[in-house]
Amino acid sequence: MVLIETHDLTKHFGTLAAVEGVSLRVEAGEILALLGPNGAGKTTTIRMLASILRPTRGTAKIKGFDVVQEPIDVRRSVGFLTEHHGLYTRMKQQEYLQFFGQIHKMPATVIRERTTELLTQYGLNEASELRLGQFSKGMRQKLALARTLLHDPAVLLLDEPTSAMDPSSAHMVREGISGLRSSNRAIIVCTHNLHEAEMLADTIAIIRRGRIIANGTPKELKRSLLGDPVMELRLAGPLDGALKHLPPDLKTLAMGKNWLRYQVGQPEIVNPKVLQAMTEAGVKVITLSEVGRSLEDVYLQVVAEGENGFGSRGEKEH
Amino acid sequence: MVLGAGVKKSTNQVLETIAGAWIVARREIRDQLRDWRILTPIIILTLFFPLLMNFTAQQAMGFVTRYGAPIIGDRLIPFLLLIVGFFPISISLVIALESFAGERERLSLEPLLATPLTDSQLYLGKIVASLVPPLGASYLGISVYLVGLVLSIGWRPPPQLLLQVLALTTIQAIVMVSGAVVISSLTTSVRAANLLASFIIIPVAELVIGESVIMFWARYEILWWIVLALALIALVFGRMGLRLFNREELLGKEIDVIDLRWVWQQFWRAFRNGTKTPIEWYKNVLSCSLPAARWEILITTGLLAAGYIIGFRLADTFTIPKDLVNLDALGETLKNPEGSIVLLLGLDWKWIFYNNVRALALATLLGAFSLGVLAEILLMVPIGIIGYFAGNVVLAGGDTLQFLTAFVLPHGVFEIPAAIITGSAILRLGLAALSVPKGESLGQSWLKSLAECARIGIGLVLPLLICAAVVEVYVTPRIAVWLLTG
Repeated sequence: MVLIETHDLTKHFGTLAAVEGVSLRVEAGEILALLGPNGAGKTTTIRMLASILRPTRGTAKIKGFDVVQEPIDVRRSVGFLTEHHGLYTRMKQQEYLQFFGQIHKMPATVIRERTTELLTQYGLNEASELRLGQFSKGMRQKLALARTLLHDPAVLLLDEPTSAMDPSSAHMVREGISGLRSSNRAIIVCTHNLHEAEMLADTIAIIRRGRIIANGTPKELKRSLLGDPVMELRLAGPLDGALKHLPPDLKTLAMGKNWLRYQVGQPEIVNPKVLQAMTEAGVKVITLSEVGRSLEDVYLQVVAEGENGFGSRGEKEH
Repeated sequence: MVLGAGVKKSTNQVLETIAGAWIVARREIRDQLRDWRILTPIIILTLFFPLLMNFTAQQAMGFVTRYGAPIIGDRLIPFLLLIVGFFPISISLVIALESFAGERERLSLEPLLATPLTDSQLYLGKIVASLVPPLGASYLGISVYLVGLVLSIGWRPPPQLLLQVLALTTIQAIVMVSGAVVISSLTTSVRAANLLASFIIIPVAELVIGESVIMFWARYEILWWIVLALALIALVFGRMGLRLFNREELLGKEIDVIDLRWVWQQFWRAFRNGTKTPIEWYKNVLSCSLPAARWEILITTGLLAAGYIIGFRLADTFTIPKDLVNLDALGETLKNPEGSIVLLLGLDWKWIFYNNVRALALATLLGAFSLGVLAEILLMVPIGIIGYFAGNVVLAGGDTLQFLTAFVLPHGVFEIPAAIITGSAILRLGLAALSVPKGESLGQSWLKSLAECARIGIGLVLPLLICAAVVEVYVTPRIAVWLLTG
């Protein structure tokens, strides 16, 4: 079931094109990371999805509700974690969640139950007597996350959930977010943190200057942007004698005295042939493994292409 | 049956709006009562200040009675009642600026904007939250002051006076708060909002001075008119606030920087309105701009007519000596060559044109910042003067039609339509802030109206004023001489 769907979503502020022609599809159970540098248009995109900003052009639907025509239904279906927690510092956490529960017209008993459940889940029970102004940054973000989840929304929009947090708090929040994955929920995480995107997301859309310039699973992005997987063969003896046994069309990238790196489109066919060749040459194989390529490589590649005026890459509606 | 269901639906919607607004208001009021910076002045102004005023009233009464001028004391006590009520509500402005601009600056507004609350619920909730504590404090202060007076000197306010003070206090608070919302919506920080707040504080302070003069003058019935005028201003501000306080305006504006390029683009696009040649543009002004301003033209015509009638009637009160407005005598004067100077003979038409343009430019400037009201008043003045002279001519036994035909109509045929069209364009410009179309910012809407104003000004008003000036110099005097000298 598609929970988030946009087509040609565009937002202009005066002469500035903040978002330009963004088309996305996120299904239930899926997490999409909207990855991009600061000012790329991530926040504007999700503000449109939360029916806070009105698109200049294009359409967006949340759980089937149009963001322009049915804003109240959209906002009922969405949990929006803003980049800045925006807590009321003179309030206490129960009172704070109760306020948002009342806005969502939740019955008092349900608010109480959900509040207890979420505060326990995020380890905030101990802080019930503190004013929110006394909370640490991590605690504030976790409470903001609890606020976002209070009405059990089908769609979660998380804007830079771990920005400006120390590694340990960021880790805690990331753990919390990965625990939110469910079969009837779609999540969009806006981030400029590559590690976060790779860790949390099923699919990644890279946004730059308001345009989606690449879109797909991390694996797809790596393949489409960095080419076929690269394999590394490490041998117990010298490579020289075994070279003539290798498949003639093997695309060799680099080699040393007892190692070889090659790029392969169909590893399941080619790798057994390579191993067989080594056996025939009588050379013992220590390892044959894929060389890791990080999302950072992909990101830098895409952004570099973008700088050179390259168009959209690896884009598909998923 | 259908009507009943409709009424029920509307009632439910209203109740739902109130319920949502109350959730917002309750949280904010609770929050304010936890803030010592708000609580301390409220307590001081509610309890300490009325007692001080009480003491002042007692002393003043004793002093003026000793010197045989009890009337001063009689006037002072109601005035102090007004002041006791006003001081606590002055805090409402600060609270409103904090509630609107402050919440935006503290970045706690966005989570609220992402909830199912409507813009109206948020707006209403914040207005109520900004009004309840200061008004509560004000009513309490008034009660403390009155109880003190009853106990000390046995003075009880006439019910009408008490009602007037309560009405004035309440409506002034509403005006300040609704004005603060408009200001907050136009800025992105509390600092900028505080700077702009002087546009509210200064007029309200002047109003209170005016009210005090009225109270010392004992013309209490005028206070009702002030209440009515303030209610209208509150309505205007309320409507503006509702238009401006929307998610798009609040989050679409990140910094208060003037983008001149954007301003020019918006203006130029609206000015051209898709036309390519001057002829096409001129046709477009006639076919689009003029019909679009038909309601404003009607209103301005009505107001100018009202100006004429007021002027005409004022002739009864401030009558000019008959021999000065006697048309026959004037005709005799015109027979002499030196007498024709009164008809502007020999004046340069460019001078008249320049004067008229200057007057209309001033009207545009005033109208742009007063929702068109000051412009309409300014335009009513010359018509009122014509009416006043016409009235005096009638009182002197003359013929109004002869007077108007001789002195006004020849060039008035061009000048009066020019004034009406200008007035309507200024009214549209002034009202642009009240009727911002969906999807447009206040700035966009205002620039579009300014461009419309410029289109009408250049395309219609300037040619009419040139014709009027030429006729006024070369034709009107000759018609006047011909009509009045027989």
